[in-house]
Amino acid sequence: MAACGGIDLHQEHGQRAVFCGLTGIVWLHRKIQDAFFLVVGSRTCAHLIQSAAGVMIFAEPRFATAIIDERDLAGIADANEELDRVVTRLIERRPDIKLLFLVGSCPSEVIKLDLSRAAQRLSGRLAPVRVLNYSGSGIETTFTQGEDACLAALVPELPRAPAEEAPSLLIVGALADVVEDQFLRILSAMGIADVRFLPARRAGAMPAVGRNTRYLLAQPFLADTARALDERGARRLAAPFPLGAEGTTGWLRAAAEAFGIDDATFAAATAAGRARAETALAPHRDKLGGKRVFFFPDSQLEVPLARFLARELGVALVEVGTPYLHRAHLAAEIEMLPAGTRVTEGQSLDDQMDRCRAERPDLTICGLGLANPLEAEGLSTKWSIELLFTPVQGYEQAGDLAELFARPLRRRALLEV
Amino acid sequence: MQLTLWTYEGPPHIGAMRVATAMHGLHYVLHAPQGDTYADLLFTMIERRDARPPVTYTTFRAQDLGRDTAELFKTSVAAAYARFQPQAMIVGASCTAELIQDDPGGLAKALDLPIPVIPLELPAYQKKENWGASETFYRLVRALAGPASPRSPDESRQRPLCNILGPTALGFRHRDDLIEIRRLLDTLGIAVNVVAPLGASPADLGRLKDADFNVVLYPETARSAAEYLKKSFGQPFTKEVPLGVGATNRFVAEVATLTGIDPAPVLDGPGSRLPWYSRSVDSTYLTGKRVFVFGDATHAIGIARMAARELGFTVVGLGTYGREFAREVRAEAAEHGIEALITDDYLDVEAAIRAAAPELVLGTQMERHVAKRLGIPCAVISAPIHVQDFPARYAPQMGFEGANVLFDTLVHPLMMGLEEHLLGMFREDPEFHDGVGPSHLGGTPFEAPPVAAPASPTPAVAPILLEEAVTITDAPWAPEAERELKKIPFFVRGKARSNTEKFARERRLPLITLETLYDAKAHYGR
Repeated sequence: MAACGGIDLHQEHGQRAVFCGLTGIVWLHRKIQDAFFLVVGSRTCAHLIQSAAGVMIFAEPRFATAIIDERDLAGIADANEELDRVVTRLIERRPDIKLLFLVGSCPSEVIKLDLSRAAQRLSGRLAPVRVLNYSGSGIETTFTQGEDACLAALVPELPRAPAEEAPSLLIVGALADVVEDQFLRILSAMGIADVRFLPARRAGAMPAVGRNTRYLLAQPFLADTARALDERGARRLAAPFPLGAEGTTGWLRAAAEAFGIDDATFAAATAAGRARAETALAPHRDKLGGKRVFFFPDSQLEVPLARFLARELGVALVEVGTPYLHRAHLAAEIEMLPAGTRVTEGQSLDDQMDRCRAERPDLTICGLGLANPLEAEGLSTKWSIELLFTPVQGYEQAGDLAELFARPLRRRALLEV
Repeated sequence: MQLTLWTYEGPPHIGAMRVATAMHGLHYVLHAPQGDTYADLLFTMIERRDARPPVTYTTFRAQDLGRDTAELFKTSVAAAYARFQPQAMIVGASCTAELIQDDPGGLAKALDLPIPVIPLELPAYQKKENWGASETFYRLVRALAGPASPRSPDESRQRPLCNILGPTALGFRHRDDLIEIRRLLDTLGIAVNVVAPLGASPADLGRLKDADFNVVLYPETARSAAEYLKKSFGQPFTKEVPLGVGATNRFVAEVATLTGIDPAPVLDGPGSRLPWYSRSVDSTYLTGKRVFVFGDATHAIGIARMAARELGFTVVGLGTYGREFAREVRAEAAEHGIEALITDDYLDVEAAIRAAAPELVLGTQMERHVAKRLGIPCAVISAPIHVQDFPARYAPQMGFEGANVLFDTLVHPLMMGLEEHLLGMFREDPEFHDGVGPSHLGGTPFEAPPVAAPASPTPAVAPILLEEAVTITDAPWAPEAERELKKIPFFVRGKARSNTEKFARERRLPLITLETLYDAKAHYGR
């Protein structure tokens, strides 16, 4: 138990029911439209992505697994030669690919297959296709940290912005295209013209970065990416995350302050969005107000989501589990959480389930491996992965975000059988 | 290394989970890195189970590797025992833990728990899910069925007694097959001793030896265990898998022979509706329909046989992703005069489907999508499957009701016979011309309604070019040939067009005439 802001912070060790970082591929490949993600791993890795990607797997998506077999392990086949062969075949088959990520897994990390050297070697051989690598292994990354590792691998590749360039704003973290466009319009109305996104939608259009780059994290799980950007001379703007009306306003305000936008301009640019968010949130407040909510750890979005639920919808927080709590990036969020909120970093699954059962919250936010079992015990659940795949950031999505939490409760009230 | 997008089977520890989850009173401790818990959701979501699988994962991370992962494993086993109090445990490693070479069996043994702890060796880089399930079930039976002993028939018993072996968690229609087979055995006057793994406890496995014989429903999971039981306790086991009417009759006859009872109560009973449905004149159009069958070996073999003999289809392709049963599938394919396709690469399957040009594809979830892409009707007959193939309704594949279900499943994707006939006969009529969609879609041409811009972006998928662009230009069509082509029913017109063009291309004809059209028809006519 430790004090961190006004919250009641616990750390827990034990069995963790979380995805590994490979899962990030499922949304990243859609964001970067000419990139391909090749996992170097085992059949388990392929099976994981297949299970997580569900029906998307049938659309010839831009990801695959190079499955290590016993010949690679026994040294009968040179793993590097094998990898080169697989990648060459892949690129021949998919000439539209401009950027290839070799994604490390637990098996490739444990046998210490040097994917960074392989990426360098292949970059030379396959030019102009760029080959990068990062690890999405479960031993190193939890779920959304896969995106962090991917973006951090992109940062050293970003073009260098000229030193004399006027300050630019970089928004970091994969957002739905529609959300990006909304933010662009608001920022432009404030007068911030040069706004860039990491990742960009195309490999050839990645944003330049330099000493005059100010960046805003759009997601709370980007520790390594932020560090890499800092090393490139960019500066982070401290802000809450753009979830809910309050979070979005705080996030935009951080940009406004950094770019010297006056209050009247800021208010004018955000007024309509704030009003619409307020209208959209109001009906959900009746349904969610006073409800007791329990978060299992999953994506690191838990703290900002809990803050949104507590402050904008009047929810009572029972426990907020998070796989990892980045104290600095979440400082503004921790500040806004109700004093005394129990936040658990890490997990001991069975113990946490015991606490959840004892508390019998009105709504439990958890992964798909736990949701149905908890429902069968009479607890309402909201499966957490949807919060990653659905556009939830910004003013226009505040109502949708509340709806995601309200729906399970509404359904439970609706069903007569 | 093998480039893989879609895998028909998971790694072998998923097979072990299917056995553990099917049973109760058994707990599985899996030495596995963080992230491997994804497997839980196959059971809680696809099969909609209402409890977590009885699996504890060590979920080690990088920082644990520097320390003592073996200690972590022991702690996990001890904690799982204390919390769940199982009758027995299985312990093993997933693919990554296999590489770090802790010895789950030895480590668990050192804890000296007061229950049987069975170590599993599942080579993750060689074997797959079905093998893992089979091996796990075999190891459990070996460890828990008791010492080998010659079986002395129990004369006091009124009814013969059998075990049913093979159904697991995440099995394709295992739940309902079991109900159907139990019903058949009951009609025959045979009592069921133990069903395993589904619904059995470790203690139940200790009673397996009391039965007179074993019914093997799914050889993929149960054949090894059945062979062990035969060797140790002299229990014979059934070889016939009751998929289809003929196979069900043969299964009943086999059981009757094994037990010396009279099969008449079943064979003279009401049976299945399939024989009459298949003989009724509406089914005539099914004759010789070209069907491609792919799946696990058991379903592929059973359903290919049934499709040919009970529906009158022509099997133009047969294959499996399960190499363990390749020999059996090859033998069945030979019966149909074709060569079996043994592969776990869906691109090979797609190529084979293209080459065979079937009118119906029977396969797994993957073939469903391949068929959709190729515009061919399709039905799912085997795992892997998605959530919709764990239906709420009663939907066995085996036994007589299973045959009814299969008749409907195999026929529904095809156009209704009468409808097909009418479309052919009245193709020039205003009500039946090609612009008119099938009547079950409302009879009006289907046009996609204008889609309003969605509030949230749906996962749009970039189009992927599968085939190289065709650079050879085709011969032009003469006007009268083109007119004649339009008289061919639209649902086969595309095929007629491509066949004719291919025919012309191969012969380097400068123009496609009426003659070319009919020459090609004669050439490709089946």
